[in-house]
Amino acid sequence: MTLITLSLWDLSLAALLVIALALLSFQMKLGVSRSIIVAALRTVIQLLLIGLILKWLFGTTHPGWLILVSLIMLLAAGREVMVRQQRRFAGIQSFALGTVSLFISTIVVTLLVLTVVISADPWYTPQYAIPLLGMMFGNTMNGIALGLDRLTQTAWQQREVIEARLTLGQTPLQAISDIRRESTRSGMIPIINAMAVAGIVSLPGMMTGQIMAGADPMDAVSYQILIMFMVTAGTGLGTIFAVAMASRHLFDERERLRLDRLQKAVV
Amino acid sequence: MRYAIARDTIEKFGGYALSHLQINNLKTHHLGPINLTVSDGSAISIRGNSGAGKSLLLRAIADLDPHQGEVLLDDVSSNDYRGSQWRQRVGYLPAMSQWWGDGVREHFIHAIDQSLLASWLNTLELDEAILDAPISTLSSGERQRVALLRLLANQPQALLLDEPTASLDHDNTLRVEKLVADYQAQHRCIVIWVSHDPEQLARVASRHFIIKQGQLVPLPASQTQALLGAPA
Repeated sequence: MTLITLSLWDLSLAALLVIALALLSFQMKLGVSRSIIVAALRTVIQLLLIGLILKWLFGTTHPGWLILVSLIMLLAAGREVMVRQQRRFAGIQSFALGTVSLFISTIVVTLLVLTVVISADPWYTPQYAIPLLGMMFGNTMNGIALGLDRLTQTAWQQREVIEARLTLGQTPLQAISDIRRESTRSGMIPIINAMAVAGIVSLPGMMTGQIMAGADPMDAVSYQILIMFMVTAGTGLGTIFAVAMASRHLFDERERLRLDRLQKAVV
Repeated sequence: MRYAIARDTIEKFGGYALSHLQINNLKTHHLGPINLTVSDGSAISIRGNSGAGKSLLLRAIADLDPHQGEVLLDDVSSNDYRGSQWRQRVGYLPAMSQWWGDGVREHFIHAIDQSLLASWLNTLELDEAILDAPISTLSSGERQRVALLRLLANQPQALLLDEPTASLDHDNTLRVEKLVADYQAQHRCIVIWVSHDPEQLARVASRHFIIKQGQLVPLPASQTQALLGAPA
């Protein structure tokens, strides 16, 4: 079975679909036409770039390049987590919070899988490491961003309730416990739902891609299961960590609620 | 050392020592510097126009807002306690009560002696069944009174009351005043009472203050009655 290579013409036809959607949105005054076009352009440029980089990277096996590429992915994902917050911690803290959470969850799980499960030789074989990291960052980022956004928004809306609990002598941990639990859960729910419907309602993208590229369906399924488990573990860990750190940072050393540490995103 | 002295004093007075609260150079964005000593388990009143900073002062004393200066209860600085411990000793009752659970009972943070709680409910002429009622069924006046009970249940040694009878009729206002007076007599705690009602302030406090331009100004005893009647 050979892979049918897509031509520029084929992709242009697909692009017409997106342009049609943008036009429709414009007509309906949804205010997202611009975002659709910009995001579509970003998809094209970013994917072409990563394609070129991967093509070159697969030719080398020096771990230094791999580390550099994953570092760039990490920083980009950390920035993305930050800009998705409606109310975020002021200054560098917001970026650091997302990036550190991403690093801890993603790097730990990916290294574990590369060395113990796949046993690639060497472990930094880019053909495995880069796609796995990409899948991990993409999904973990979503969970962390959702969890943090929910936490800061709810804390803002319920500031009086949180302060009432502090006033009655509860510790910050007790005063924000409900909100923290809800936020962590909302970060984890999408990936849990994705696992639950995988193969029935949705055919996961990576598996679909592998099958179209000519891989044996059972091999593709095995990898998809591996990815699902990795992504779930990474998203869960990352969200729990990020929401815990952020909850703590909403209070100061005198156990006061400090929402002045948050700033509203300029849209 | 400080605790040893406190215990000694407690024994002398048979249960609770007369509390005193000391505020040194308290300063926030809008207030201060404020110096105030409330001693011997006494009560003071604070009035002032809306937005003068009465609530901000109480919040700073309860250490809910960042501030400069020092607040001491029975010679121990708030900084020697964790924030949560301090707020259990210095009980602040905000003007608006907030509720997070479904029922009344889950808003009591610590276990409390049920017969004591029953006697408080009795003073307020509230039915004991109110403890098992859903919050959503309580009127604003009931919420205000139950909010006071959940605060007293922490057994604070200082009470900061921000318009605690704002949504109550005259009879219930007097009942709340009686409960606070009973609690104060028994615990020998200090009370800072904020209200817009000059008659009430004359009933509940022995010294009177007014907040003007961020400063806490004492009303001299001789002029207190006259000034309390006059607009701020």
